[in-house]
Amino acid sequence: MPGLMQKGKDSVFGTVLVALAVCLVCSVVVSFAAVSLRPVQDNNKTVDRKRNILSVVGMLDPSKPVDEQFSQFETRVIDFDTGEYAPEMNTEEFDQRKSSKDPELSINLTAEQDLADIKRREKYGQVYLVRNDDDSIRFMVLPVRGYGLWSTLYGFLALEGDGKTIVGLSFYEHAETPGLGGEVDNPKWKALWRGKKAYDEEWEPRATVIKGTVDPSREESKYQVDGLGGATLTSRGVDHLIHFWLSEDGYKPFIQRVADA
Amino acid sequence: MAEESPKKVLLDPLLDNNPIALQILGICSALAVTSSLLTSLIMCLALTSVVACSNASISMIRNQIPSSIRIIVQMTIIASLVIVVDQVLKAYAFEVSKKLSVFVGLIITNCIVMGRAEAFAMKNPPGVAFLDGLGNGLGYSLILIVVGTVRELFGSGSLLGYQILPLATEGGWYQPNGLLLLPPSAFFIIGIFIWILRSRKTEQVEHPDYQIHEVHRSEAA
Repeated sequence: MPGLMQKGKDSVFGTVLVALAVCLVCSVVVSFAAVSLRPVQDNNKTVDRKRNILSVVGMLDPSKPVDEQFSQFETRVIDFDTGEYAPEMNTEEFDQRKSSKDPELSINLTAEQDLADIKRREKYGQVYLVRNDDDSIRFMVLPVRGYGLWSTLYGFLALEGDGKTIVGLSFYEHAETPGLGGEVDNPKWKALWRGKKAYDEEWEPRATVIKGTVDPSREESKYQVDGLGGATLTSRGVDHLIHFWLSEDGYKPFIQRVADA
Repeated sequence: MAEESPKKVLLDPLLDNNPIALQILGICSALAVTSSLLTSLIMCLALTSVVACSNASISMIRNQIPSSIRIIVQMTIIASLVIVVDQVLKAYAFEVSKKLSVFVGLIITNCIVMGRAEAFAMKNPPGVAFLDGLGNGLGYSLILIVVGTVRELFGSGSLLGYQILPLATEGGWYQPNGLLLLPPSAFFIIGIFIWILRSRKTEQVEHPDYQIHEVHRSEAA
């Protein structure tokens, strides 16, 4: 039959066949790329995480390998309820982000508790510590997260050994609007956190992101950081997540224990 | 169209038929990623490989694609290639891929890729289609590199991260122009580029769509 091919490709059968074939080939190509590149990407993420931990305490030296610098940090798993170290958990294999989705390893947060809008909080947390020469803790880096406008922001909050002074706050993963909420990555904004007080004398969490600019002459300015212009909801998200992770439900038991030691 | 020499197909899109300067396509990403030269270069590489490969693969199956679903078939192929490029960047250029963020994914919607697939790859054999994609990618790259160089050099006083003009804030003499770090500045640079190009190649000047004539009242009726 002459012209069968010509007619065939525009027939219903031909259309479905071509559509299926294209989808099949494309999905094989895409999944091959995704699967074969996964190990390299995961390694990049680990290095990036370490680099973020180093930079949040201002110890990052770009000229040296990240792994070497990271050896100054001590990684410990803590129990959120007691604030004690949890030596039964293996720090090498423990993955805080994964465990927050595991019903065995996490708790449901009630609406009142859930300031950061994260639904569940893991029972154990992974903290990174830098010690002074006399073995007292110099910095502690605590993983934090919370919902902004579009996405959950994942980052690190670093405190000094006294537990009350903020060293830095930095996010390593978010999908906020570039140029508005995305300005949480702006070094100038991140620098505002340095030296702010996380708690008052009575260990009440006080650090906060305000709307507009901080008036340095006021008493409470030591707790306050400027909001991000044009990003009210992201700023509020950051404010809430800081409150949550500094509260009793967050790292407060651990922070107090370190400060008392 | 089919008789065009491979050299012409490859080099025409650089200046004579530049996708950004003449066809005014792909402006969005040209504004978004050009604040530094490195991100511009990576974006050029990503787009050029996508448009060349999509042209070649669409051209290979152009006689099999049913005309009723040809656009979606092209989109599927383009989207798959973009995902592959995005995965490769995440694996081997992690820092830059973080800076480019959504803009790599948005290559899917870049008019240049779709435009070349529909206008050229559907009618020409794979080899020439590949060259056409390469040429158009390079035409896009040319503009991005020019814009990226101007913006990084005068906006932050550096090129590829190396300080060239010592900044006033760090004890040098150069006061960086903050406007150049914002997307609108790319409009001005692309505009100036088109102006220079069209004053050299006057055949690219567009003719007015209509002319206003003075009409005498007696003729108007």
